Order: sequence, then structure tokens, then C-alpha cells
Amino acid sequence: MAGAAAHLSPHSGSATRFEANLATRDRRWVKYTLLAVGLSYFALFLLLPLVAVFIEALRKGWETYFAALVEPDALSAIKLTLIAAAISVPLNLVFGIAAAWAIAKFEFPGKHLLITFIDLPFSVSPVVAGLIYVLIFGAHGWFGPWLIDNDIRVIFAIPGIVLATVFVTFPFVARELIPLMQSQGRDEEEAAVTLGASGLQTFWRVTLPNVKWALLYGVILCNARAMGEFGAVSVVSGHIRGETNTMPLHVEILYNEYQFAAAFAVASLLALLALVTLTVKTYIEWRAGLSTAEETSS
Amino acid sequence: MAYARAKRVLPGFGLSLGFTLAYLSLIVLIPLSAVFIKSAGMGWENFVNAVTAPRVIASFKLSFGASLLAAAINVVFGLILAWSLVRYTFPGKKLVDALIDLPFALPTAVAGISLTALYAKNGWVGSLLEPFGIKVAFTPLGILIALVFIGLPFIVRTVQPIIEDLDAEFEEAAASLGATRWQTFRRVVLPSLIPALLTGFALAFARAVGEYGSVIFIAGNIPLVSEITPLMIITKLEQYDYEGATAVASVMLIFSFILLLIINGLQAWTTKRTGRNA
Repeated sequence: MAGAAAHLSPHSGSATRFEANLATRDRRWVKYTLLAVGLSYFALFLLLPLVAVFIEALRKGWETYFAALVEPDALSAIKLTLIAAAISVPLNLVFGIAAAWAIAKFEFPGKHLLITFIDLPFSVSPVVAGLIYVLIFGAHGWFGPWLIDNDIRVIFAIPGIVLATVFVTFPFVARELIPLMQSQGRDEEEAAVTLGASGLQTFWRVTLPNVKWALLYGVILCNARAMGEFGAVSVVSGHIRGETNTMPLHVEILYNEYQFAAAFAVASLLALLALVTLTVKTYIEWRAGLSTAEETSS
Repeated sequence: MAYARAKRVLPGFGLSLGFTLAYLSLIVLIPLSAVFIKSAGMGWENFVNAVTAPRVIASFKLSFGASLLAAAINVVFGLILAWSLVRYTFPGKKLVDALIDLPFALPTAVAGISLTALYAKNGWVGSLLEPFGIKVAFTPLGILIALVFIGLPFIVRTVQPIIEDLDAEFEEAAASLGATRWQTFRRVVLPSLIPALLTGFALAFARAVGEYGSVIFIAGNIPLVSEITPLMIITKLEQYDYEGATAVASVMLIFSFILLLIINGLQAWTTKRTGRNA
């Protein structure tokens, strides 16, 4: 599927089986050269930018750091980011479950096309994602005049920010659930229904336990993107300080005002969120690996 | 009808599919169609003028060129990293494996300001390059750096599972027939990785062309030199040139659709070759 490569696929573990086998073992100098090149590249492009965020944030000391975080505009940005995520993640969770249920448990024409459409938001530029809502709800958009007459603000207000966030995080849960539920088939659910379980009981007792790790995986990735989205939100926000600024937009404003320490302080919160996301993600991959191993061994 | 109602034991088909289609239409399909309806309404001549303006053409060249180059660089180093993660044991491997996904988890604006700080002329990396006369931040080279950052996990995560699934038997057969390790890699291993490498390349490329947040801070955004296409859309919007913004957006959208079809084809090819979803 297009867009994000992250996918819940338990790793098969140790490399010793390759290094113990003469036919698959690389010579020592090959191994150490490749490791040196690969790890330097990793350090330069991934590790260094991450470390730099925290060092830049603390450059002027802890006092400046905390001052930047409790400042009213920062607090309102944090609040708006939490609101946007609190609305978009549950919406896309419900959608993901509904879509996966329809696609994995039933046969109908046009299924492949539907899956492709669900993936669409991943291949659309975030800027275009913001633009489409401006074309519909903006002052010159389809509903613009009507919204103005009724004094409803969508663009340059919170509803626009939420809509843009929903769009960019749209496929996350669905794309984790669909392939997994397709591979699990429908035998277990059909057995449950045949034995007299209701639809909801079947879902809660049979389907959900089978997909819980993939579901959680989709939710945390969805949440990380929802809280970190910049391009799409930037187009619809209008950048009103203390009103329509999310955390990433607040980072941009501070940075453009040359308040580097404050910008990096807010950025460090988002970087912490990224680290928490990666930790939970690794934990889920480990747990999912355990349950796959149990299934194959029993 | 092959989809006879009698065959359905499970409940909830109408509800789940109905909700899926309604939500998909409201959030994605109808809003996206607005771009094409608006473009169609502006007339062919205006459309062509908008998308062939020198600044727009320069931005297309830059966005596509830098994205292709970044994806190509990542194919080489991503393959090395994926190979190392699967085939070698080394200290800190779990940490490296987990952090590969950082560009997915780290908000793009954070990556953008951090890369800018590193590659500015007084930054950690920038100050090392300065004596050689190499300027990175606020030049097209800076854009390349940001796109390399964004694209790396796409290659690693598409190729890694394929390397994991490679059957050692083929390499054993090649070795027993007298092939050197390099010949084995070149003739046996690499051909089976090609579909995944191409998929990763296409995914990284597609993401890079639309990327905004991590690029604008480091790009410098000089007209005709370092303006990327998504920035052109923003610039036009800020000038209330909605038609111009929409025209450029529709070109980007058509490009995304074509790339999406290519990626789907590549993934079908990977699955056929390896029996595994990339």
C-alpha cells in the first residue's frame, strides 16, 4: 500500500542463523564496511537531527525551556493539538473498523478500487490536502457565501484544522486492519454467529481480540501524525496566535521570529511524542511477534 | 449474482460498507474532486498559463529532480541498512531498527528546523562543510538533505522483510556451485530484491514530491532557485490566486494518482515474486 511503509509485521529475529551459515556469511571486512557505511548514514541523517532538537531546546537552560512551554500561546497550541487528535483519531478508528469489516468479511465488486481510494490521502501532498478544504469552505469556496451568511467559520478556525487532520490521518487504522483481517478470513466469526452470537458479541469477543495489536498500532501511528501534521493544517489555520495555532505551527512562528530556544523547546515535546510512539510501536511489534510465535508452536 | 445474499452469514455488511463509502466520499473523494472541478472551470488557456509560468516550471524541475535524487541515494544506503539489520549482529541493533521509523513519527516541522540548525553555516555539520565552500542550508542541496531524511524508512521497511524471507538455500546452491559471495549477491540475491527496491523508491519519491514541512525551513525559498512545488501552492494562496493554486495542485494530484497506480503494480509484482506483501 502506498504512502507509509510502517506496517505491523513481526520480525523473524536473530541474524546468527545467517552468520553461522558459510553460504550466507559475508566476509568480515564486508560486514564491517557495510556496517560502518550504514550506521554512519543512520547517525548523520536520523540520530543527529533527533539529538539536535533536545540540545538546541536546552541551549539557554531549563528556565527558558519551561518558560517557553507554559507561555499562554504555547499552552493554547498544545490544547488545540490535543483537540484535533482527540477528534480525528476516534473518527478514523471507527472508519478503519467499518472499512476493514466490510472489505475483509464480505465479497463485493469494486473492492480493489475501494482499497486504493482509502490509501489516497497518503499519496496526496499535505498542502493539497489543506487546499481542497479551502476550495470548499473558504470565503471563495463552494459553501463560502452560505457559511459567511450563517456566521460559521471553518477555514482559519478549528473545524478546518480538524478536517485537514482527519484527511491526512484517514488511512492509518484501516490499512493496518484490512490486510490482517483479510488474511484471517471469516471462519471464526461465522462459527460464532452460527452458534447464536449477535453481531456485536462476535465483533467484541472474536474479531477484536484477533486484531487488537494491529488496531493499537494503527491508532498510535494515526495519533502521531495527527499531532504532528504541519502542511495541511498550515493551509487552513490562518496562523492566529493563541487561537488557531497547533504545536507544529507554533514551532514555525517562534522559529521565524528567531526565538530559536523557544521553538526547539516546543519542538522537543513533539520529538518526545515521536520517541514514545516509536517505543510503543516496538513494544507492539514484540508482543505481536510473541502471539504469532505461540500460534505457530501450538 | 455471485454475491447472493444467502451466502452472507455475518451481519453488518450494509452498515459497514455504507458508512465506509459515505465517510470516504465526504472526507476524501468530494473534496479532492473540488480541485478538478475548479480547474475545469478556469478554461484551458488560464490553466496552461498557470502551470507553465517560469516560477512554477522551475519548482516542478526542482521538486521532481531533488525527489528522484533523494530516493536514488536512499535506495543505495537503505539497502545497506536493511541488509545490516537482517544479516548482521551488532550492538545497538534493536535501537537502530526502532529509530529507522523516526521520520514517520517525528513531525515534519521539527525535522525541518532541526536539519536547518545542523546544516546552517554555524551548525554542527554546516560549519564543517563551510571551509570547503559547500553551502547546504538555504540552497537546493538543503532540500535534498530534507528529502533524504523523509525517504529513508520507505526503502528500509520495504526491502527488510524481503531480505528476511530470502531462502538461504539459493545462496547455498550458488556457493556450492562455486560462485563467489559477490557473484551470488549480484546474480541471486539482488534480482529478488529488485521489485521491493523499486517499490521503496517509488514510495519515497511520491512522498518527497509532496513534502512540505521538513523542506521549507532549510530551502531558503528563493524564487526560481529553491522553491518547491507545494510552496508554490501556498504562495499562490497567500496572494489570493485560488485558480493558480488549484491548477498547480491538479498537476500534482494527477501525478500522485499515476504514481499510486505504478506503486500498486509494483507491489503486486513483489507479492508475485516473493509471496509476501511489501
